[in-house]
Amino acid sequence: MPEPLASNAPELTVSELSSALKRTIEDRFGFVRLRGEISNYRGPHSSGHAYFCLKDAGARIDAVIWKGVFGRLRVKPEEGLEVIATGKITTFPGKSSYQIIVEAIEPAGVGALMALFEERRRKLAAEGLFDEARKKALPFLPLRIGVITSPTGAVIRDILHRIKDRFPRHVLVWPVRVQGETSAAEVAAAIAGFGALPEYGPLARPHVIIVARGGGSLEDLWSFNEEIVVRAVAASAIPLISAIGHETDWTLIDHAADLRAPTPTGAAEKAVPVRLQLIADVADLSRRHAGAMARLLDRRRGEARALARALPLPEEILALPRQKLDHAGRRFANAILRAHDRYALALGRAAQRLARQAPRARMARAGEKLAGLQQRLERSAVIGRERRAAALKGLGDRLVKTIPRICDHHRLTLGWVAQRLARQSPQAQLMRAREKLVALERRIQRSATISAEWRAQALSGLSERLTNAHLAQARTEQERTAAARQRLGMLEARMLRAVQEKIAARRGEIRRLDQLRESLGYKNVLARGFALVRDAENNPLRSAATIADGALLTLQFSDGDKPAIAGAAPAAPRKPAAARPKPSQGSLF
Amino acid sequence: MAAEPIKNQDVASLPFEAALAELEKIVDQLEKGAVGLEESIAIYERGEALKAHCARLLTSAEQRIEKITLGPDGRPTGTEPLDVE
Repeated sequence: MPEPLASNAPELTVSELSSALKRTIEDRFGFVRLRGEISNYRGPHSSGHAYFCLKDAGARIDAVIWKGVFGRLRVKPEEGLEVIATGKITTFPGKSSYQIIVEAIEPAGVGALMALFEERRRKLAAEGLFDEARKKALPFLPLRIGVITSPTGAVIRDILHRIKDRFPRHVLVWPVRVQGETSAAEVAAAIAGFGALPEYGPLARPHVIIVARGGGSLEDLWSFNEEIVVRAVAASAIPLISAIGHETDWTLIDHAADLRAPTPTGAAEKAVPVRLQLIADVADLSRRHAGAMARLLDRRRGEARALARALPLPEEILALPRQKLDHAGRRFANAILRAHDRYALALGRAAQRLARQAPRARMARAGEKLAGLQQRLERSAVIGRERRAAALKGLGDRLVKTIPRICDHHRLTLGWVAQRLARQSPQAQLMRAREKLVALERRIQRSATISAEWRAQALSGLSERLTNAHLAQARTEQERTAAARQRLGMLEARMLRAVQEKIAARRGEIRRLDQLRESLGYKNVLARGFALVRDAENNPLRSAATIADGALLTLQFSDGDKPAIAGAAPAAPRKPAAARPKPSQGSLF
Repeated sequence: MAAEPIKNQDVASLPFEAALAELEKIVDQLEKGAVGLEESIAIYERGEALKAHCARLLTSAEQRIEKITLGPDGRPTGTEPLDVE
């Protein structure tokens, strides 16, 4: 029973219990690795902390990642991601709850890794690390080939063999672990290390790099999906071929590499050409080169010879020009003579023009001009005076003619204005008003008279219509009453007739039914010689079996009744049984 | 193009692929015969130089395999022969 226990147990406050629980839980679960699915994740809170739940099929626990830890996480939480979370359990006394404070997260299982792979691929692609434009062309014939892989095993052997088969080269192997914790960092360092080697010297930079690894599970190949490796590949100044796993395995560095080879052997094939093939190619070119030159020279020689044959003799070449020269000599002599004549003529003309331009001749011409100008001046003075006098006289005449016309015009205007003024005077206006008044008075009287007559007429007309209407109505009423009375008489006669016919019909029917009844009745049967047997209660009997011996019977014939006793011996005690036959159901048969 | 012997010194530094491509182009031109005599002689000489260069690059075919040795800081310190057989 709890009661005695309760009295002995020490009392705890809620806070005491809560802190005891907190201590217990934090001591016991200070470090746990917890596998579960991330649920209810909505990204980091504005505070930078991230809150979510971890759950499995049967339970769930609140989880929190503090801001500082969240920034360091390699794998960020994602809704639905199956993870292994490392951290400690703590309680939250204010809410009576507990939670895990997560310090690290790693994806659990292949599904989780695939999801992570996809997420990383999207992120790095968005940064442009996989862009085609970044990809560098591989050198055709590299002198040195750098190989980053495990120095033991089939992969390096396959690569070296294939290189030797195709074109033996100087191969520098940078040994790395291709799997495990440090693998990604080692591969990334090797890629950067090759790039940092000097171009010349005892340890010189390779011209192409192969990063290779044999096949394995997704987890085995995971180092080649790590961001540092992908970034190192994308940043490599030396063209790089990736050859990770089998043909069907894709890793993120395959996307970032300048070329992805399906296998390590394939990578060797991409790295160097086939030497024998090249030697054959060069030999072929060399042959064509020499042959083409020889043919070319032959052709040129032939052409030169043909040209030499076609060359004409010197005399033939010079004959025509010489003839031209002779002809020109003759034309030259003639031309000289004609030119001399032309110049002599021109000289004579020039001498005449010069004489005309002498100073004395020019002064004489100026004197003539002066005299001419003086005459023109005098003439123009006389003409000017005459013109002005004429103009003055013309103006005087026009003035004399114009003045009387202006006076007439003003006089006319004045008369017209005076008339308008007279029309507008008060007497004239008064007179016009008086005339209007008289006219209005006359119109009023006239209209009053007309109106009275018109109304009297209208009244008499109305009274006549009223009388007529009364008469007409009275007539109509009388006619209607007479017609109604007639219809009433007719209906009455029809009704009487109909009732009598109906009664006669019913009477006939009744008679018919009575005859039928008579003909069907048992009395007719009796008349044919049959008898109806009844028991003591006067009920008709229909079967001999129902009649007890000694029962009192009544025999009805057509002409009357006859009492009788059934059977030969009187057996009185069974009489009551005679009353048993079923009563008639009313049927007369 | 003048046919100076100096001109063809650059051939020695050409990568194999470029030398081969130029040799092909020269052979093409000569076969078509669409070049003047002087130029044809010049490019023929250059073709000879290219051919010799290609052949030289093809003869230097020696497989040498070395493994890089790393110091404690992860930096390369040198090489040592690697035998994978």
